[in-house]
Amino acid sequence: MKRPKFEFTIGNLLFTFSIIILVITVALPMIMIIYNTFFYKLAFNWRMFGAVIFQKENIGAMYNTIKISLLVTVFGSAIGLFFAWLVGRSDIPLKGMMKTLFTIPYMFPPFIGAMAWQLLLLPRSGYINKFFISLFGSPIFNINSIAGIVFVEICYYFPFVFIQVSSALERMDPTLEESARIAGAKQMTVIRKITLPLVVPAIASGAMLILISSLSHFGVPAILGFSNNIFTLPTKIYEVIYKSAGSFEGIRQGTALSVLLVFVVIAALALQRRVLKFGHYEIIKGKSMRPMLVKLRRMKAPLLIVSILFLFLVVVLPLFIIFGVGCLKAWGLPLVLKNMTLNNFKYVLFASQMARDSIKNSFLLSISAATINMFVGTMVAYVIVKVKIKGKGLLEVLSVLPYSVPGIVLAIGVILMWSGAFKINLYNTIWIILFAYVGRYMTFSMKSASASLGQVHNSLEEASRSCGATHLESLIDITLPLIRPGMVASFFLVFLPAMRELTTSLLLYGPFTRTMGVAIYTIHEEGNTVQATALASVAITIIIMGNLVLRYITRERRGNQ
Amino acid sequence: MDQVVLKNVTKAFVTKAFGSVTAINKINLNIKEGECFSFLGPSGCGKTTTLRLIAGFEDLTNGEIWIGDKPMSIRNKNYYLPPENRGLGMVFQAFAVWPHLNVFENVAFPLRILKMNKNDILEKTNEALKHTNLFGLGKKFPSELSGGQQQRIALARAIITHPKVLLLDEPLSNLDPKLREIMRFEIKDLQRKFNFTIIYVTHDQTEAMALSDRILVMDMGNVQQIDTPVNMYKNPANKFVYGFLGRSNFVKVEISNGKVYPYGTRGKEIKCNIPADFNEDTAFLATRPNEIKFTKDGFKTEIKKRVFLTDYKEYRVDIGGQEIRINTITDPGYKEGDTCEVTLNNIKWYSTKGDISEKEREARKVI
Repeated sequence: MKRPKFEFTIGNLLFTFSIIILVITVALPMIMIIYNTFFYKLAFNWRMFGAVIFQKENIGAMYNTIKISLLVTVFGSAIGLFFAWLVGRSDIPLKGMMKTLFTIPYMFPPFIGAMAWQLLLLPRSGYINKFFISLFGSPIFNINSIAGIVFVEICYYFPFVFIQVSSALERMDPTLEESARIAGAKQMTVIRKITLPLVVPAIASGAMLILISSLSHFGVPAILGFSNNIFTLPTKIYEVIYKSAGSFEGIRQGTALSVLLVFVVIAALALQRRVLKFGHYEIIKGKSMRPMLVKLRRMKAPLLIVSILFLFLVVVLPLFIIFGVGCLKAWGLPLVLKNMTLNNFKYVLFASQMARDSIKNSFLLSISAATINMFVGTMVAYVIVKVKIKGKGLLEVLSVLPYSVPGIVLAIGVILMWSGAFKINLYNTIWIILFAYVGRYMTFSMKSASASLGQVHNSLEEASRSCGATHLESLIDITLPLIRPGMVASFFLVFLPAMRELTTSLLLYGPFTRTMGVAIYTIHEEGNTVQATALASVAITIIIMGNLVLRYITRERRGNQ
Repeated sequence: MDQVVLKNVTKAFVTKAFGSVTAINKINLNIKEGECFSFLGPSGCGKTTTLRLIAGFEDLTNGEIWIGDKPMSIRNKNYYLPPENRGLGMVFQAFAVWPHLNVFENVAFPLRILKMNKNDILEKTNEALKHTNLFGLGKKFPSELSGGQQQRIALARAIITHPKVLLLDEPLSNLDPKLREIMRFEIKDLQRKFNFTIIYVTHDQTEAMALSDRILVMDMGNVQQIDTPVNMYKNPANKFVYGFLGRSNFVKVEISNGKVYPYGTRGKEIKCNIPADFNEDTAFLATRPNEIKFTKDGFKTEIKKRVFLTDYKEYRVDIGGQEIRINTITDPGYKEGDTCEVTLNNIKWYSTKGDISEKEREARKVI
């Protein structure tokens, strides 16, 4: 048989589909931003960009962004490292419970955490500050400040380092540490000279995750910064667009700031590349033995108290305050049973059309985006992992791009793209939010699918083809069933963050397309605190239940292997 | 002089599933100065745990451990010396060379801990590198070296402070067979030069035989036999030791009126002498496959299978329902189905009491 010049194969087909989808959801919005920043009436023009980035308040916002991110990275890493060591290498009790609790901040929406801390530490009306005012006549801490933003972000970002270092410590061959003991080193020396240097790569990769997430983070500075005129780049972009009430000039200023933010993030990514390349050790070897645990002796009780206090502060207290205030008859009343009512919940679940719509919209959007991403992510991952084809590199770059594009930037790109630029106007509809979600979470589903595809050995599909099945048949009968658990997990990896999404939805929502995040945020901004917290409680309950389901599914999978 | 002494050493682990499990049961042991002593046994028999007790990574549940005239752990006095103060050298199965330090820094680590001055460190480390054929590789990182070279780093690091006792935990099992043999000689060479005592943990009986002055065979936390390799191979103390030391056949038999029959049969007799001190009704007859011969007046049976193995032939024959293996160097040329007669030579007699099946062995293995 002669080889045709162009073969119409499943691989080509999947590749073409993948490219088309990624160009529409990811590449074009980004191109639109760059185009609108540097081109005016079809001519290159960088004057607007220059004017915007040299504005004094924009420089201030950039300074704040970098300052906050660096502080969060340094302190968050230190805290994550300390607790990872405590749980992984010391004889502190209650390890199992601590490990579980440390992963809760991971699923808690940070902007709701910021709301909780505001309720506790508003200068005059926060519960903790009121307590201090009654005792000493002055509040202890003002949460609406840079320090407050840093504090709340640390609470939600330290798990990045905690999880990375914990797993490195778990995988590390204990004989690496034991051979240092035999060589005469004391336990503290072993920690300093062997354990710490070996987990440096894990610390670095966790710290870089914190840095990049914090640079593009919107929720916490939006809740805590606006009232005191503290802006970061993401909140400044929002404010510029919000103030201009959707005018094109405002959006163009937003695009310029977006380009600036993307530059900052790219610089951080370049740094991440260098840091991660610098050290990567092979530390998993040998037979699994339990590592020797450092006996804390006299320090055991104090460290346990510190850990429990920290967990209480970061996990329990915000949760409690959100649910507690959600039950109050009115904001400001003491948190006692006689002030409690279920009316707020009745209001957000039944009475308020807007709140009910927001819950419905969030479910609709999250389920749709998760389903689409589950299939598209699998398709893209399949092409990247299993198909031999030219141009795979482009596909890979496009699919990991959304991970480094801040949500607020993607939202602007989506606005530029779908408000008539290509003769399609989806502005103010739910579809524009769906496009944004699909683009934003593409990396999650692609990574998850390619991880499970990587475990399916090529020979399994080849065996099926040698039995006479076509490529498509082997794909459907062999590969897809094998990665089904991974696909289900990837569904939840998109569904859960989409349920709590705030940043992009806030720029894209229309009168009837509020999501839960938007509804909580706007109700809170209007000053209806008790109702906002009631809706927040509902959101948290849904997210925690989703996480439990995800846990249950991934546990099943582990059991099967 | 005794260098390492274990008195009544017992170790129990507390597990969630099984409660308290005895991993090592009352071991008594005297290892002499300069001796090469091996712990041999299947995985999970307690040999590594015993070594870790000597090293100080685990504390014992009962008993005493002494090195030289110094106590290491004494349960009754609640005395326990941490591993860094025991002055030992140790080599681990996965080498445990530190990937963030180069070869020189790895080997010099124990000296740096001792706060030795720079010139001494340089001199001693270079000497150790020379002894282990690593000289010139000091600047390289472990990831740039082969498995054998990484193993040499571990060795150099273990001997650099001239410890009196060197602990080796399956040090060669991550290497390929050829390299294993070379390293075996290098370890012996180093021992000759520095005259340390070696405690060597392995599950490979040929390795233990080739290296050791004495061997301890362990099974399920209990000592089975302590002897020199030659004596142990000649006179294994029980069926387990016999089976562990080489290819083996066990024929279960019953004894009636001074005659020996395959277990459960009363037809053809196995002609052999019953030892004078053996007075049980049933027994295991243990023979090596090369000690069974085709003869004219042996046990009549037929060839079930014939296998060609490079330097000898293997036949499988049936003795009263039990299959045994026969290895011959000269090929008698039987085909499958041919009748033949076999004679068992050099038989060892073992009691059938307390014998446990493979299944039970698996079930009892917890750690």
